[in-house]
Amino acid sequence: MAIIRTLAVAILLTLTLSAVAGGIEIREFDDPVLAQRYADLTASMRCPLCENQAIGDSDAPISADMRERVYLLLREGRADSEIVDHMVARFGDYILYNPRLERRTYLLWGLPIGLGVVGCLIVMLIVRARRNASAKALNADERARLDALLERRRSP
Amino acid sequence: MNRRWLLLLLPVGFLMVALFFYQRLQHDPSARDSALMAREFPAFEATTLRDANRHVDQTLLQGEVTLVNVWGEWCPACKQEMPQLLELADRGIRMVGVNYRDTREKGMSFLNEYGDPFAVNIFDPEGSLGFDLGVYGAPETFLIDDDGIIRYHHKGYISPDDVTERILPEVAKWR
Repeated sequence: MAIIRTLAVAILLTLTLSAVAGGIEIREFDDPVLAQRYADLTASMRCPLCENQAIGDSDAPISADMRERVYLLLREGRADSEIVDHMVARFGDYILYNPRLERRTYLLWGLPIGLGVVGCLIVMLIVRARRNASAKALNADERARLDALLERRRSP
Repeated sequence: MNRRWLLLLLPVGFLMVALFFYQRLQHDPSARDSALMAREFPAFEATTLRDANRHVDQTLLQGEVTLVNVWGEWCPACKQEMPQLLELADRGIRMVGVNYRDTREKGMSFLNEYGDPFAVNIFDPEGSLGFDLGVYGAPETFLIDDDGIIRYHHKGYISPDDVTERILPEVAKWR
């Protein structure tokens, strides 16, 4: 038992150590606001190489380069939008998790709203059609009889 | 009121979506157009791989249609595409290499082993030129026209078919 336990501890330790070694560098900021901006920026940009991983989560070399650049630009006092522009100019819109609203993304942003509006219209048309259909389903005699029946029931 | 034909929309819609996804399956998800397309080759200052005293900048890429290939000794696909690059150079296309995130020693031994199709190799050990080019994994190849404007971008390995079907027509287009 003791051997197994020692072995398990040893394996876990190796795993932890290798995870730390292969992982993502830790950057120190004196200013907590800057640290937060760094965290937000690296979480909002997608690694160009790996699929669907933020540069802040990815250990691809290019992500490390991009984090380094974000860090340097933050230290230089650049605004978030400048830093994002800097990256998009090099790696394209692909790296934005939130695509910008511009001509080529109108469809992307507009489609959900458009589909919602179309859906509402269809529901409205169906409801109206049903209402008309049920109203038309009775001719004058039938309607009079129905009214009479309802009347009888209402005043017993 | 027979609206049964509306049910047909379901299989038709399904087929359209399936076709769309199927078509996307054929694509390499990591390949996409460079953000630098139709823009000037980024300004840079560097030395060459062969000669630490020779300084080059973006004017190196003006005056002639040039293929810029970003490579490194550490990159297996770069080795595989070397025969294709040598063929392109044999056809009289000016080739410039960017030795990306490498050491002079390793870069030179790569050229000695696999051949050197390049007129010049820009030495980029920190990957700063690669970064400005938006390179996210070597090999990548850019076609620069004689005004120094990026006209075509090839992400990844250049196969022998790519040479005849993509690279050569693009070079002919901008010459």
